[in-house]
Amino acid sequence: MASARLLRDTRAATGLAILGTLAGIALLAPVIAPMDPLAQADILRTRFLPPLAAGPDGILHWLGTDRFGRDLFARLVYGTRISLSVGILSVAISVLLGGAVGSIAALMGGRVERLLMAVTDAALAVPRLVLLLALVTLWESSLLLVVLVLGFTGWMTVARLARAEVKGLLERPFVDAARAAGATPWRLLSRHLLPNALTPVIVAAALAVGNAIMLEAGLSFLGLGIPAPGPSWGNMIAEGREALVNAPWIATFPGLALVLAVIGCNLLGDGMRDAMDPAVQPRPRRIRLTRSSVADVS
Amino acid sequence: MLRQLSRRIFLGVAVVLTVVTLTFLLINLAPGDPARLWVGPGAGEQELAAARRALGLDRPLLVRYGAWLADFARGDWGISLAQQRPVLQVVGDALPHTLVLSVTSLLVTYVAGLFIGAVQAMRHRTAADTGLTVGTLLLYGMPAYWLAIMLILVFSYGAARWGWPEWLRFPAIGVTSLDAEFFTPWQRVVDRLRHLALPLVTLAVIGSAGMARFARGAVLDVRGQPFVRAARARGLLPLRVEGVHVLRNALLPVITLLGLSLPMLISGTVFVEVIFAWPGMGRVMVGAVGARDYPVVMATTAVFAILVVIGNLLADIMYVAADPRLRREEA
Repeated sequence: MASARLLRDTRAATGLAILGTLAGIALLAPVIAPMDPLAQADILRTRFLPPLAAGPDGILHWLGTDRFGRDLFARLVYGTRISLSVGILSVAISVLLGGAVGSIAALMGGRVERLLMAVTDAALAVPRLVLLLALVTLWESSLLLVVLVLGFTGWMTVARLARAEVKGLLERPFVDAARAAGATPWRLLSRHLLPNALTPVIVAAALAVGNAIMLEAGLSFLGLGIPAPGPSWGNMIAEGREALVNAPWIATFPGLALVLAVIGCNLLGDGMRDAMDPAVQPRPRRIRLTRSSVADVS
Repeated sequence: MLRQLSRRIFLGVAVVLTVVTLTFLLINLAPGDPARLWVGPGAGEQELAAARRALGLDRPLLVRYGAWLADFARGDWGISLAQQRPVLQVVGDALPHTLVLSVTSLLVTYVAGLFIGAVQAMRHRTAADTGLTVGTLLLYGMPAYWLAIMLILVFSYGAARWGWPEWLRFPAIGVTSLDAEFFTPWQRVVDRLRHLALPLVTLAVIGSAGMARFARGAVLDVRGQPFVRAARARGLLPLRVEGVHVLRNALLPVITLLGLSLPMLISGTVFVEVIFAWPGMGRVMVGAVGARDYPVVMATTAVFAILVVIGNLLADIMYVAADPRLRREEA
């Protein structure tokens, strides 16, 4: 069973646990961090408080405060919302677009396929960050723009993957059988091709989410992503960079959070790939010939 | 071989042309008026119209595209709006710095990454393998801009604060020291290398972690092949089996990765250049994006695309060099 194998894989389970925790933090942000991530108290007395220090009003700041006296723990917690939603939404766009381009190319074949794949390869040759920079030059940056730009620059790998998968599936006998049974092209695609091509695409999507989270923070770090007061992890790192000498904690924690999120995605992706791939056998266990183990193999 | 190569070059030119065209379209169809930036906020309507004429913005899009493409091919890349000097000069000044940084980090990435990956594969499923797997996973998940800041925190600020020995303190800004003019030639070389240290380490650590993850899989794949067992059974020295039979074959997917990893390397270079005030293409591009300096944005985009295409060509050539089967099929 795929899902059981997935959970038996240490990496996939760890990745799921990390991402699940982050998702919980994002959903319950107001409960976990009751402070307002944008609130500035008396700046002169509350700025640059080190971690675990209490402010003049007696409020404990777990991770300290930044140069405006904003609570870093609250900013970190609310930043999880931005990172996860940008990551997931942009990858959803990439997967839809790339899946459409890839399966259309595979199904149509011939000139259409060559043209679509040429465009895909050309887009793949441009470093994504360069493309992102060129695109954000043109519009005012906002959360929506970052999601759209990340989504429309990330579809190429999915397109290549989807094309390869669908082309491989088209050669399989069960597709001929479905055709012979009178399946319409739409039914063939929706009931037979897409469900079977889904697994590798999901694996790629998990890895892409980590990448998108990293890129969003990178854009924000350069001042081209989420606009300034927004508690994006990249914004926090950029603000911390300016106070690196006397308040090194500001840049440290959002970076660690970023590493954790990216690792969670990578672990889940790697673990899923191996768990779903019948060619990669799980670590050999003590062989016991019971009925269930035989069923598992078959 | 030659036909294959010319086909590749043709494809590369097509890719660069597509990229350049797309950038041109995006920039010209976007909101915002470069002419207004050129004349400044205090200018009247008449000056604005004159600037539009001078910049050629009053002509139709297709004409502008044709003229721009012809100029671009001739090496006339226009004049930077923000710096008021030829774009070719701006890019020409920046490109060597980017090449130094990316080529050295690529070399370290490949050597270190292959070595770590091979060691992991040979010690498969031991504590060393697990430890290295966790380590490379952690490092690979690090964003370049964050690792760079942490390195500065430790090796520039921290080293000075904690009184570390002089050779362990590294400069965090620029390519040379301000007083480099007065150094002896030998001191200048050392100065340059010390300035290269932190940017290079940032890129190489992340790069080789990714490379090691990939190389481990590649070497493991090859070690499982029957011909390796056969070589061992024939009693060849272990060093010869690993070095010749395994490594040479594991090199093929690794070379393929070169073309795919270049865009990522360039992304990393952009961040590292911004943080370390390294006067390369990435820093120029980020500055141009902030200043809405369209000619420079277009030129840097095109040059980055050209770099990736050249890198892919080199990877293709190396692939043929490493795999004798391909040469025979071509002949």
